[in-house]
Amino acid sequence: MIEQLTNLLDFLPPVLLTIVVSAAKIVPLVVVLILCVAFLTLAERKVIGAMQSRVGPNRVGPRGLGQPFADVIKLLLKEVILPARSNRILFLIAPLLSIIPALAAWAVVPLFPGFAIADIDAGLLYVLALTSLSVYGVILAGWATNSKYALLGAMRSAAQIVAYEIAMGFALVGVLMAGGSLNLGQIVAAQAGGPAQWFWLPLFPLFVVYFISGVAETNRAPFDVAEGESEIVAGFHVEYSGVAFAVFFLAEYANMILIAALTAVLFLGGWESPFAGPLYAFLDGGVLEFIRHDSLLWLSAKIAVFLFCFLWFRATFPRYRYDQIMRLGWKVFIPVTIVWIFVEGAMVVMQVGPWSA
Amino acid sequence: MLSLIFFYVLAAILLAAATGVIVARNPVYSVLYLVLAFVTSAVLWLLLEAEFLAIALVLVYVGAVMVLFLFVVMMLDVERAERQASFTRYAPVGAALAFVVAGELIAAFWLKSRSMPMTSFQAPRDAGYSNTRELGAVLYTQHVYAFELAAMILLLAIVTAIVLTMRRRPGLKAQDISAQVAVRAEDRVRLVSMPAETDE
Repeated sequence: MIEQLTNLLDFLPPVLLTIVVSAAKIVPLVVVLILCVAFLTLAERKVIGAMQSRVGPNRVGPRGLGQPFADVIKLLLKEVILPARSNRILFLIAPLLSIIPALAAWAVVPLFPGFAIADIDAGLLYVLALTSLSVYGVILAGWATNSKYALLGAMRSAAQIVAYEIAMGFALVGVLMAGGSLNLGQIVAAQAGGPAQWFWLPLFPLFVVYFISGVAETNRAPFDVAEGESEIVAGFHVEYSGVAFAVFFLAEYANMILIAALTAVLFLGGWESPFAGPLYAFLDGGVLEFIRHDSLLWLSAKIAVFLFCFLWFRATFPRYRYDQIMRLGWKVFIPVTIVWIFVEGAMVVMQVGPWSA
Repeated sequence: MLSLIFFYVLAAILLAAATGVIVARNPVYSVLYLVLAFVTSAVLWLLLEAEFLAIALVLVYVGAVMVLFLFVVMMLDVERAERQASFTRYAPVGAALAFVVAGELIAAFWLKSRSMPMTSFQAPRDAGYSNTRELGAVLYTQHVYAFELAAMILLLAIVTAIVLTMRRRPGLKAQDISAQVAVRAEDRVRLVSMPAETDE
């Protein structure tokens, strides 16, 4: 499809052509992501409602499906209040700084076989760099608001993100060793051959550490002390209203989808089908043949599973105490990842598991 | 042509940001200008097809080091820091340092320019060129000992930092979570059977 577009528009100068073709890839992805965020907020309220024996939103549209749009319209129409003595420029830039990395990181995520918007060699590093940038939005929001509660929330968030980033980075080192590449597409390709070949099995501790660190990085429950309604009102976004608040909200959910996608790509084989093996050859020719092919469908299914876990955690666990968060990050996760990297090194040398070939 | 325009625009932003670091009165602005300077130089490196280094610069300096800087600077009393800051007092030291650094850079460029041409453009690499692979090939062959040594020192630093917090202060009434979880009813409740009292 991209080739057809390139051929169709080849009368344009090459610079313009590059821009048009890139936009043709980027715009649909961003639109789909924002729609996913909208329905994720609805899913969150429905799922948590079901877990708490409630109905959840059911007034707007059939079965409450119009609820996200009602929320968006409400937030867009509200006034953006700039607190007195706040730093206006930084106050307004901060939400943008938190949404940009959450969307930009999708550039390297392999969506289906052979396709990522930017198929770069240092993809894993790019993802790590961009996820580490999202902390600026939170810190600057907290500082620019010029309020004690917001500053406290920003401080908590900064310390937490720095702590969990190290564990996340070490978990990625393990993936790097197993995949033999920094390119996310090649990492997925290295996991070919069914669920037993996916990296979650040989790298199980790193998989668990990565996903939990991801929950901590996105400031989601039970790690949401940066918001901490019971102690510091709403943390870093306490003074934000209207569209500015909506952008923070969008960034949080976009980050959740990103972490879910990265966990799926790095540990659960991304777009690989779990039914690809010869064991399931009986499905060929039937109506269910499509589930044997590697496709975007499988990536979406895996992302959905992790997103459900995010919602499940929020409904299940009480909020961590702050010192316990720090203890978990520094004293449990980092040692676990370091030990497992050494174990993995030993496995590579002894040629066990996926390295037996 | 286009890359030249990009280069000059980015170089201008970089210089403006670097100036902003030293002239901004508010230390938080200084840190943010420094972040901007790092990001712009990373993009400049991307123009030189050094993608690995560019991303590493963003990851290490912008994503980690500057976050800690910002963390500390945010807690400063800004009003007081502004009053106390005196440009003229530190100007001679700063000027002397700037001269030394500039002298070193000029000497380095002069030495380099004798062995390789500085003014000609390098032809762009083909699409298959991987900067990451090239860097890995050099790091793991030619510089393998220095690289491994640096990696071990960094690992040691992080392990040591964690070990330092592992001390146990006596007399501290902290929760022991595993003990709390592992507790059984017999540890807390003692069921005694005693003969019932009678009035006699």
